[in-house]
Amino acid sequence: MYGLFLRHFYLITRSFPRILDLVYWPTIQITLWGFISNFFATHTTYYNNAVGVILTCAILYDFLFRTSIGFNMLFLEEIWSRNFTNLFIAPMKIGEILTSLVATALIRALIGLIPAVLLTSPLFGISILDLGIFLFFLFLSLYLFGITLGILVSAGLLRYGPSFENIAWSTMFLLAPFGCIYYPIEILPEVFQKIAYLLPLVYIFEEARNILINQTVDIQNIYNAFMWNGVYFVLSIALFYYSFHVAKKKGTLINMGE
Amino acid sequence: MKNLVEVKNIKKNYGKNEAVKGISFNIKENEILGLLGPNGSGKTTTIGMLLGLLKPTSGEILINGQKLEGNRIEILEQINFISPYIELPKKLTVKQNLTVYGKLYKINNINEKIEFLSEKLRLGGLLNNITGELSSGQKNRVSLAKALINEPKVLLLDEPTASLDPEVGDFVRSFLEEYKKEKKISILLASHNMNEVTRLCKSILMMKDGIIIDKGNPEELISKHGRKNLEEVFLKLSRSKNELN
Repeated sequence: MYGLFLRHFYLITRSFPRILDLVYWPTIQITLWGFISNFFATHTTYYNNAVGVILTCAILYDFLFRTSIGFNMLFLEEIWSRNFTNLFIAPMKIGEILTSLVATALIRALIGLIPAVLLTSPLFGISILDLGIFLFFLFLSLYLFGITLGILVSAGLLRYGPSFENIAWSTMFLLAPFGCIYYPIEILPEVFQKIAYLLPLVYIFEEARNILINQTVDIQNIYNAFMWNGVYFVLSIALFYYSFHVAKKKGTLINMGE
Repeated sequence: MKNLVEVKNIKKNYGKNEAVKGISFNIKENEILGLLGPNGSGKTTTIGMLLGLLKPTSGEILINGQKLEGNRIEILEQINFISPYIELPKKLTVKQNLTVYGKLYKINNINEKIEFLSEKLRLGGLLNNITGELSSGQKNRVSLAKALINEPKVLLLDEPTASLDPEVGDFVRSFLEEYKKEKKISILLASHNMNEVTRLCKSILMMKDGIIIDKGNPEELISKHGRKNLEEVFLKLSRSKNELN
């Protein structure tokens, strides 16, 4: 018994991502649900159509989640199947690898999204299409951010190897409290608000609520979301190339999967 | 015969650890070069550098006259690799896997190529089977088919017959001999199977601690070291201090 305990203890203590994984799940869950509870306790009349707004935001968030995880899954599949080396010795440019993953992740996310959208109408009498033409921009913005997170995590996998996998699963939850998915930004403490304004998520979800509750459109929110998406997308691509360069120096590419 | 692979004084350091300490060798067209050495001698690192998966700390690699540095994609079109430590996606059928790699290597006549390779490698009845459900010998032949899908000029083999039964091992060795003769390709064979190396290779490099400690053809090495076979030469060199630099 002690031997089995030691086997896992050694594994955890030798991997920073695994230690981080242990610590931040409870922290994130408590933080996120703390803000949600706080919001509903102090703003009982904020939502006239609470179910509609919450469900719409949940579907939008799920699309983001599926896009990001979908991208990571494509990368992780190659590691799990020990096919990673085959892929990286094929004559493909890094840009080509990224482009094919980005397109495949979109198809995966749409396959997951369509049933969810169709179910909300018969089950809850709600249609996400109430967001109108701006729904397209919100989805596009979420897709860009999901892909960006996917590329950032894949860069980590290239750089640190499979132990970075746990981070892949939890990136979205780490950002959830700052994304203001289910509550307005004002509910966050001031320091957190400053961080939240650096993310495109807050503009996307603020705008979704604005359209559904106030029946108005604030183009500035959509513009801000795309601006931050552009910044992070370019950074993620640069980081991926850098990680590939470092992986070639450190030998991560030939040890991947072990 | 021209040199298809030219390795010029390559070194690879991982931090302070010197995995490869400046080795040079060539592989001619229509030649199989054996790369021998104990575990940790630098063989895998050398293969990694030839595949462009590892950047040499210094030195230069040329494939078919082109520098690897700066021409990675063009060179990867001309080389391929198999190892028992890497696999093809398990859930795909054999044909799906070969089609995927045919596309990645930009092969035009994929179906013809798959048909040709499946006939040569006895894969005919396996094309619609799930790759993960194949035996070790069958998987090995599928990996070999994948490695030949682009008709590589240079083939890198890391223990290509490890874990195979003698019959399949012999089939793979015979196939490689015939294929090399027919296509005049260069093969780098890293193996711990001394009989295999004696049979396939006209020249051998012995590596230890990141350097080449001896080289020559199998008969020369056996006679030079006064041993009965290559395995005894390997044991002598592995246990001795480095002889050549």
